[in-house]
Amino acid sequence: MEREKLLEVRDLKQHFKIGRGRVVKAVDGISFDIYKGEVLGLVGESGCGKSTTGRTIIGLYDATDGDVIFKGENVHDKKSKAEKLKFNRAMQMIFQDPYASLNPRMTVADIIAEGIDIHGLAKTKEDRMNRVYDLLETVGLTKEHASRYPHEFSGGQRQRIGIARALAVEPDFIIADEPISALDVSIQAQVVNLMKELQRDRDLTYLFIAHDLSMVKYISDRIGVMYQGHIVELAPADRLYENPIHAYTKSLLSAIPLPDPEHERTRKRIIYESKSLGAVGRSDEDSSIPPLREVEPGHFVSLTDAEYEAYKAQLV
Amino acid sequence: METILSVRDLAVSFHTYAGTVQAVRNVSFDLKKGETLAIVGESGSGKSVTSKAIMRLIPNPPGEITNGEILFDGKDLAKLSEKEMLKIRGRDIAMIFQDPMTSLNPTMTIYKQIAEGLKQHQGLRGEDAKKRALELLTLVGIPNPEARLKQYPHQLSGGMRQRIVIAIALACNPKVLIADEPTTALDVTIQAQILELLKDIQQKTGTAIIFITHDLGVVANMADRVAVMYAGKIVEKGTVDEIFYEPRHPYAWGLLGSMPRPTDDPNQALPAIPGTPPNLLNPPKGDAFAPRNPYAMKIDFEKEPPMFQISDTHYAATWLLHPQAPQVTPPPAIIDLALKYRPDSAFAKSIGKGGAE
Repeated sequence: MEREKLLEVRDLKQHFKIGRGRVVKAVDGISFDIYKGEVLGLVGESGCGKSTTGRTIIGLYDATDGDVIFKGENVHDKKSKAEKLKFNRAMQMIFQDPYASLNPRMTVADIIAEGIDIHGLAKTKEDRMNRVYDLLETVGLTKEHASRYPHEFSGGQRQRIGIARALAVEPDFIIADEPISALDVSIQAQVVNLMKELQRDRDLTYLFIAHDLSMVKYISDRIGVMYQGHIVELAPADRLYENPIHAYTKSLLSAIPLPDPEHERTRKRIIYESKSLGAVGRSDEDSSIPPLREVEPGHFVSLTDAEYEAYKAQLV
Repeated sequence: METILSVRDLAVSFHTYAGTVQAVRNVSFDLKKGETLAIVGESGSGKSVTSKAIMRLIPNPPGEITNGEILFDGKDLAKLSEKEMLKIRGRDIAMIFQDPMTSLNPTMTIYKQIAEGLKQHQGLRGEDAKKRALELLTLVGIPNPEARLKQYPHQLSGGMRQRIVIAIALACNPKVLIADEPTTALDVTIQAQILELLKDIQQKTGTAIIFITHDLGVVANMADRVAVMYAGKIVEKGTVDEIFYEPRHPYAWGLLGSMPRPTDDPNQALPAIPGTPPNLLNPPKGDAFAPRNPYAMKIDFEKEPPMFQISDTHYAATWLLHPQAPQVTPPPAIIDLALKYRPDSAFAKSIGKGGAE
């Protein structure tokens, strides 16, 4: 069965000029698809370009090059206001820092209803408030919270408000940029459970950006590993853990400490020596990165010809 | 093993406009020579305040050590004057802070920042100080140390900066090193390097480490012993194996259970701890964890549980350990680990019995 592609990213590039003619190639030609109803995880270390990817897809930055095709339409070409509005309603974002992403001068009701107002989704004032109350209950808060201000809430509750705001316009696709990294361990599980539940109930599609690999594995169907502006490996979540192929993925997986002392005593860390000279993506020189090859169904790895031959030889 | 630091019934309060916040409520633990004690807990559980109290870095006002003793080297640190404390802080007890971006002075060269402690405590100057600074940078694995000494913090990456912070902390060969979330701001691969470095240094110098973190993976990797804090109290303490394979407090179960493991079935909801930690302005009566505790009994809301002793090294404050308490079944993740690694422990057997009933 051919699954419906909700989002296609084609050779997306995001270069930032940092003065004196220098360019930071934060995202340097990445391509991937997201199918309807799936969760695609994007992992990597700070500075690898994962957040920039999310922000460029939703249009917070104008892409340097490449296409983002959402529901068959190229969204970055859109010029008319009406078309932009339609796109903004279908795609929403949840931000990392629940302290910085809510306006401290607005009540929770106004924060959540902002999208409802912009898109004219509520016919009457009463309808508007009812929608807000419904959303608050959906994310595990109560009606009484609507008239309060963000500072009255804990980090986990604020992140729930951020989720309610994203849900308010009934989107199809949500980009979650490190939605749990600012939260406590016991609260992280609550928010992840909520996000999973919402995805099932509302048939949502997520791009889940994070650096916590255990959590990403848990929530994602497929995972893309980013390194210095490129995707080096993309695979179904299970396969990425069972059979990581790229040296960088291996090093990343081997560096995670697990809550298991016996495992920790025997864990051997694999060290990844970057083969590129200097920092790829941060220099003006064109960094040639090997293309992604499909080594098993749905499992793509960036390998040079020699590495690919070596991989095949090792299989036999 | 010789105990080098002993905290007895430590209580720290902060006086705010809203009232008195009891951040640490009668915490006791010992630190033995050369070991790593991990203090785990969520934000607001009092783990950082405990470590700052040991260093006497609680700002007064609004903070105050209201009770208890911090015994080190025959002295009670809680009662020392600031002048006496200056001789200990940075020399006998040193600290590594969470954020290497903010704990270094941006206007001072790396050399100056390392030499500060050397000058103050060891009277090293000029060439001697420089020699020692080079030694320290080499010890923490900084390549090309000569050049680094002349640089400023902004010229270094986050991982390198944390190495500098560690070098400064090690400058005077401290007997106790307090590491307050030293890797939380770092990427996993850099975190792994820093943890390896700390272990390596501990082996070479024999310093004892108090490691404060909320990451149970890091605890499993680093700790010899673990203290779990909740709402300003230690609710369970024991060796690292006891805490991970035979935990007794429902909060420890909750924490361990809510960590996703690569083997988890993604179709099952993560066992989250419901609710939020209590407000320490008015600490709840009884067991502070009771409102979030699915195993809570009537007594948990009324009377605070004492520390029950389970083994020579293992203690937990939960009424479930009372002889009259009913047998309960811990979450599946806890049972799995216990049966896998400690099938013969009293804990594993008691769960087996609980399941059969």
